[in-house]
Amino acid sequence: MRLPIYLDNNSTTPIDLRVVEAMMPYLTEKFGNAASRSHAYGWECEEAVEKARAQIGKLIGAQAKEIAFTSGATESINIAIKGAFEMYGEKGNHVITCVTEHKATLDSAKYIEKHGANVTYLPVNSLGQINLEELKKAITPQTILISLMHANNEMGTIHPIEEIGKIAKEKGILFHVDAAQTAGKVPVDVAKMGIDILSLSGHKLYGPKGIGALYVRRNNPRVRLAPVIHGGGHERGLRSGTLNVPAIVGLGKAAEIAMMEMETEFKRVRELRNRLYRGITKELDEVYLNGHPEDRLPNNLNLSFAYVEGEALMMGFKELAVSSGSACTSASLEPSYVLKAMGVGEELAHTSIRFGLGRFTTPEEVDFAVEKVVATVKRLRDLSPLYEMAKEGIDLKQVQWNPH
Amino acid sequence: MAYGPKVIDHFNNPRNVGALDKNDPTVGTGVVGAPECGDVMKLQLKINDANVVEDAKFKTFGCGSAIASSSLATEWVKGKTVDEVLKIKNTDIVNELALPPVKIHCSVLAEDAIRAAIADYKKKQEQNLDANEAK
Repeated sequence: MRLPIYLDNNSTTPIDLRVVEAMMPYLTEKFGNAASRSHAYGWECEEAVEKARAQIGKLIGAQAKEIAFTSGATESINIAIKGAFEMYGEKGNHVITCVTEHKATLDSAKYIEKHGANVTYLPVNSLGQINLEELKKAITPQTILISLMHANNEMGTIHPIEEIGKIAKEKGILFHVDAAQTAGKVPVDVAKMGIDILSLSGHKLYGPKGIGALYVRRNNPRVRLAPVIHGGGHERGLRSGTLNVPAIVGLGKAAEIAMMEMETEFKRVRELRNRLYRGITKELDEVYLNGHPEDRLPNNLNLSFAYVEGEALMMGFKELAVSSGSACTSASLEPSYVLKAMGVGEELAHTSIRFGLGRFTTPEEVDFAVEKVVATVKRLRDLSPLYEMAKEGIDLKQVQWNPH
Repeated sequence: MAYGPKVIDHFNNPRNVGALDKNDPTVGTGVVGAPECGDVMKLQLKINDANVVEDAKFKTFGCGSAIASSSLATEWVKGKTVDEVLKIKNTDIVNELALPPVKIHCSVLAEDAIRAAIADYKKKQEQNLDANEAK
């Protein structure tokens, strides 16, 4: 077992060696510029790029022509939101999104607000779900775009994309989906789900970092987005800049592998995730699951360990690479805004740990993680005045604290 | 968070973890912080007739540096007089543990916990005197 055990696959995934193999020629002898039309160096790269485009299209049920390459999901999301607002802003200035979205979405939404957009941020319930009736009510004749994530990166809850797609279609509103966490892991079909624009990232599906894709529907309706990066007119003018051929080839290969192995991997990873959850909750009381128990990413487990702080937990099980919603681990010193939006009290947000399992996680690693988590939580609870008080029957919510 | 060796040592081998009888008139208890802020420290000092800290115990909910700061505080207060204990400053803790700037509040909390424990002890002593006078 290689330590620390990597259980942070919602943050990034290790690159699959089959992907590296596919990329190698394009990092070495096949170095051409895919835009060079005058010689074989360019042609072979253009061909490789078109193959990758088709592989990614196939993964999400789209045509190759509808895929554009970007530097990652953050850039794709920026183009989707800013580009749609710039292109359709005259038709209407209203955009709907949600409070638990990734910062790429929230910050892009704030950016267009400064340029005259009116944005609705839908709230979520305690399981991280939006209310579809509230979504319908939020729609106005001015609404041009609904932008939501397929699954949440922190607590894993999956939005009912197909139902939302139907609502958007009925009203003639564009629907952008941030599929960074789901593409290649959970079935995504842009036709069936009524998705008009979709963002995905290479490094979340065992591909390279610094590459992503943007799906833009070409028929029914034909979606047009204004570019964010201007230049040589690459990617049909949507995203200028010389194509990152090796990374594109890698993303294509990663998509092909994900497509082939999704069904078995989904089940295997979900079972490992459940094994982790069962192992931990069998030994420890007052462990709370954050996010929806069923409608969630198969590889994500977000738990709050009452009475013990997240950063201390991570110091305790230093053999595990995980992340926490605790303020102590964030640059802003604020606990997770996602957990806060779900109504998870700050005292529990500080105790949260996100476990992200993946393609390369083994049952032995999961059992080792259970052992480490259980031992650390027990040790730190023995050190916790809150645990002591709770065991004495004191209601911590009634205590007069002295915040500093 | 990359911590220095002293924080890691106190975190892995915290000194003086536990509880003293909070109803004992010679024990001062200080509880500072709040769960929603991510740290709560409980520090207890047992003080003898000569005004010397005989024993100290702590329990802390918080990050590694909060645990280390309170563990260090219990080590430092033992054997000191009340007046000496009150001279311990948070900056001494910062320097000893080499705390990074974002963790300075942990040392402030430890200093507050010491002061709160002493204040609780003094309050108990006054109440005791009052009770004795009433007899």
